[in-house]
Formats: sequence, C-alpha cells, structure tokens
Amino acid sequence: MDFISILSIFVLACFVGYYVVWSVTPALHTPLMAVTNAISSVIIVGALIAAATTWDTPAAKWLGLVGVVLASVNIFGGFAVTERMLAMYKKKER
Amino acid sequence: MNFSPSVIPAKAGIQNDKRSALWRWIPAFAGMTMLAATPANAATDQAAGTPAWALIAYLASGVLFILALRGLSSPASSRRGNRFGMVGMLIAVVTTLVTHDIASLPEIAGAIAIGGTVGFIIARRIAMTDMPQLVAAFHSLVGMAAVLVAAAAFLNPGAFGIAEGGVINPVSRVEMGLGSAIGAITFSGSVIAFLKLSGKMSGAPIILPLRHFINLGTIAVILGLCGYFTIDQSPWVFWTITALAFVVGFLLIIPIGGADMPVVVSMLNSYSGWAAAAMGFTLSNTAMIITGALVGSSGAILSYIMCRAMNRSFISVIAGGFGADDSSGGAAAKTDRPWKAGSADDAAFMMSNAENVIIIPGYGMAVAQAQHALREMSDILKEQGVNVKYAIHPVAGRMPGHMNVLLAEANVPYDEVFELEDINSDFAQADVAFIIGANDVVNPAAKTDKSSPIYGMPVFDVDKAKTIFFIKRSMGGVGYAGVDNDVFYMDQTMMLLSDAKKMCEEIVKSLQH
Repeated sequence: MDFISILSIFVLACFVGYYVVWSVTPALHTPLMAVTNAISSVIIVGALIAAATTWDTPAAKWLGLVGVVLASVNIFGGFAVTERMLAMYKKKER
Repeated sequence: MNFSPSVIPAKAGIQNDKRSALWRWIPAFAGMTMLAATPANAATDQAAGTPAWALIAYLASGVLFILALRGLSSPASSRRGNRFGMVGMLIAVVTTLVTHDIASLPEIAGAIAIGGTVGFIIARRIAMTDMPQLVAAFHSLVGMAAVLVAAAAFLNPGAFGIAEGGVINPVSRVEMGLGSAIGAITFSGSVIAFLKLSGKMSGAPIILPLRHFINLGTIAVILGLCGYFTIDQSPWVFWTITALAFVVGFLLIIPIGGADMPVVVSMLNSYSGWAAAAMGFTLSNTAMIITGALVGSSGAILSYIMCRAMNRSFISVIAGGFGADDSSGGAAAKTDRPWKAGSADDAAFMMSNAENVIIIPGYGMAVAQAQHALREMSDILKEQGVNVKYAIHPVAGRMPGHMNVLLAEANVPYDEVFELEDINSDFAQADVAFIIGANDVVNPAAKTDKSSPIYGMPVFDVDKAKTIFFIKRSMGGVGYAGVDNDVFYMDQTMMLLSDAKKMCEEIVKSLQH
C-alpha cells in the first residue's frame, strides 16, 4: 500500500476514534483505559515478524522475542483485567 | 486453517440489544474474510507482498477493535465488546503467523506463553485500588515493545519488507524513528508514573532549573535527527533518537505532581497509541494503524476530560509543578475557625430519618478500602426507605472512572451512581450529603475565591444540602490541591474525624440498633 492510502486510513480512524470514545460512558473510563492498553499491544504483529526470522540476525530475533513477551503480558493482562472489571458492573436487582 | 472466529461473536450477539443488527453483521463479515483465508491463498509468495486476504483480515481486526470500544458505551454491552477485542487480536496474530515464514514456532509459542501467563496472573491478583499503577505499568510495556519492534526493524529491515539491498526506505526511516521515540517516551514516562502512583517514589513534583528549555530542546533534537535519518541511516542516528527519547520521557513526568497523575496516565495511554500507529505505518499494517488512532484519540479525549474537570489547561498540567508551592497564605489564617464534630450515632440517626442521601466518595475511600462498608451502610438505609445515590466527580480517584470501578467491586448497582452534571441539581433536595474521602471536589472556593488554585473547577454544590457529614482523618490535612475547605466550618456540617472504613462500620452498627 502506498503512503497516501495508509495516511487516509489513519486520518479516518482518528475521526472514528474521536466519536467512538466520546460515546463511552464515564463510568467505564477505567475499563476503557485497560482495553485500549490491550488492543494497542497489536504491536505484537511487528514483534512476531522479527521473532519469526531465522537466527541470521540474532539481535533482531531476540528483540522480537522479548517484544512478543512484553506485548503478550499486555494482551492477556489487559483483556483479563478488563473482563474482571466489567463483570463487576451490575444493575439494580428488581 | 481450521478455526472460524465468526462463531464466537455470533454467539455473543444473540443477547438482545437494540443495535444488534449491526453488531451481528460486522462479526459475520469478519468471519467471512477469515473463511476466505484458505491455505491455498495463504501460500502466496512472500516476495509478492502481503496477500489480499491478509490485508482484509487485518482490516477486520481493526473493525473489531472499534467495536470493542463501542461496546463500552453501556455496561450492558461492554463485555461483548471486550470479546470482540479478543477476537480481533486473535485474527491479527494468526494472520501474521500464517503469512510469514516462521523459522521455528517453539520460541514464539514460548514467548507468548510466558508473557500470557504473567499477564493473566497479574490481572487476576491485582487489587482494584491499584488499577492506576497497573495501567501505567502496562503502558510502559507497550512503549518498550514499540522500541523493540522499531529496533528489530532497523537491524533486520529485509524481514519487514522496508528495504531494498540493505537501504531502508527514507519514509520508513522517519516512521521507525518516530515510533521508537514515542515508544521510548511512553516507556520511561510510564515507569515514573507507575512509581509515583504506587508510592514507591514521592508524588511531589521534582523541579529542575531550565526544564522547559531542556525538554523542548531535546524534543527538537529528536525531531531533527528523525529528519537527518532520511539521508543517513547510520546506527548512531537511530540509537541517539531512542536514547534521547528515554531521557525526555523521564524529564517530562518527574515535574508533574501526584494530583495530576490521572491526566498523565491518560496522556501516556494516548502516546502508546501513537507509537503503535507509527509502527503500523512502518509495516503498512491497517490493524495497527486503526488501533493506534483509536487508542491515541481515546487517551487524548480522557486527558481533555480530566483537564476540563480541574479547569486547567493541558499545557499547564504537562508543564508540571502543580502543588509544589504551598501558596494560599489565607488558608493558614483560617484554620482556627470553629467546627462541629459529629459521631457515628449522629450520622446514623440523621440519615435514617432522611429522605434523600447523596454519597460523595473520593480517593480517601479507596485508600481506606471503605467501599464495602459504605455499601453495607447504604443497603441498610435503603431498607429503611431512604433514597441513596452516589455522586462521582470526573477527577475523583487516581484515574478516570476509578471510583466507579471501586463501587462496582463493592456491588453498588451502576444505576445508583451519577456523574457531576447529572446529580448536581439534586443537592438542593438532599437531606444529607455524605462526603467520604473527597475534599477538593466539594470545595466552594472553586466557585467563589478567585485566588484559589482550584478556582473555576466544577464542584458539587454540597452546601445546598440540609446536613453535611464529612468523613476525614483529621482536621489538619488538606486536599491534594492544598487548600482549606469552607465546608468544614458551615453550620450544617458535622465532621466525622476517623478512618473512613471504621466510621462506616460504626454507622452500620448504630443503624442496626
């Protein structure tokens, strides 16, 4: 993909993000931060590419593997803690 | 490929929801794209670029992340949203693994297993009170991961498809440099925020001379080097950018006081998003770009909401130093004014005879872990026919929405909890305002005293309530902003000087007699 297409996606996604985040209820701002944390670890994609290479460039491979570990902590931790918080929000029993 | 992610969200979509038509349709679309991901297509030659189905799969995972945030518009749809996020992540990871030649899977599987186990255990064990520092710690990991990916891409550009014959594309170099710099700032900034929030480092701002000059100068050097990087891809340029960015992240956060940490955490949240987006540009990966933009705007909006709730400009928060100078000499003179002490029995009596009680929790409640005792108290009051509501200020606690999570943890139904704008007009009809561990957010000086550091901040109109109970550890301490509060000395105020948890338990006991 050329730079302009990517830039277009980025700019449009910023607008989507703007409107979606304003629609989040303030009561759920802490889970919002936890889940954005988890999804920003999609950076694991980059770490996986580096980790998938052969040992010809060991430094890059190691950096990739450590990156995979860090991002996995975030992905599993972020989604799990969000799930734990969201499970606590209950409506009044009637 | 033998999995169909469409099954999971489709199941979740069965729960009735007004907007369910859209909710069901999009995961189905995501599922279809994955079904198109047949092994035959997957075998597309690496050199020919990423196969079309993979591009669509990344796009689908980006859309699922949008839905994950959209779900948070209401607690009812939030858990399904979270599951969309998980599916999106799974699609992104699997697509990456399938489209790249993997030298050996065991290392990668091991890395995911180690990280996943650690993350999962932390998520299980963490106390809800410690959520702000956990989020800060997680941000630092995203930042570090971004630096590592940028460094790996620099060392092995061929694997990322951004180089021809060892020469990295100039545009990719800028993206890589920026991604690494933002990641490094996020990392060191988040580490400081974590240390301050967890009390491992003093929350007091550390003011260096000429700090604005140093910070802006260093940022200018980083940007200049990113530009220079396009004409010279020597390793020193990349490593200097990264090293300077680590230093800037550290310098940016140390002058910011503990009271401003909610803004800092939101801001770092935003940075971690921009770092992911920058790496997304390097890899031409739509999932990363969409996510980065979402997270980036999310953090920016949260910072804006926090700043507005404190009536401070974003720049003044970032410039730091708030709470460093113990100003307001008037406050010292005022502290000798008379005030009334109340007891748990007084509070129990007044509240059981009240019609409307509004509870205002603050960070003090979290510190004392009083939320469970408080809920028990309000349960008894409700049984006695008292109308109990909770009022939460946007900056209560140490991160946006922190109080709501703590009350939810104590089983307070979320429809009894109200935001500032929604409840402020109710104080005129309230018989009792019960303030527990909050201070600045009920300070009328924010409305009347132009010299006050918190002037202009929206506050609860507790002075309109017939009776005010103010739980506070002692008369000596002041709120985070370090200003005296006129509410202490008002005729209708009774100070309950005690630990918040102990006081609530005593009130419960007294109510039961």
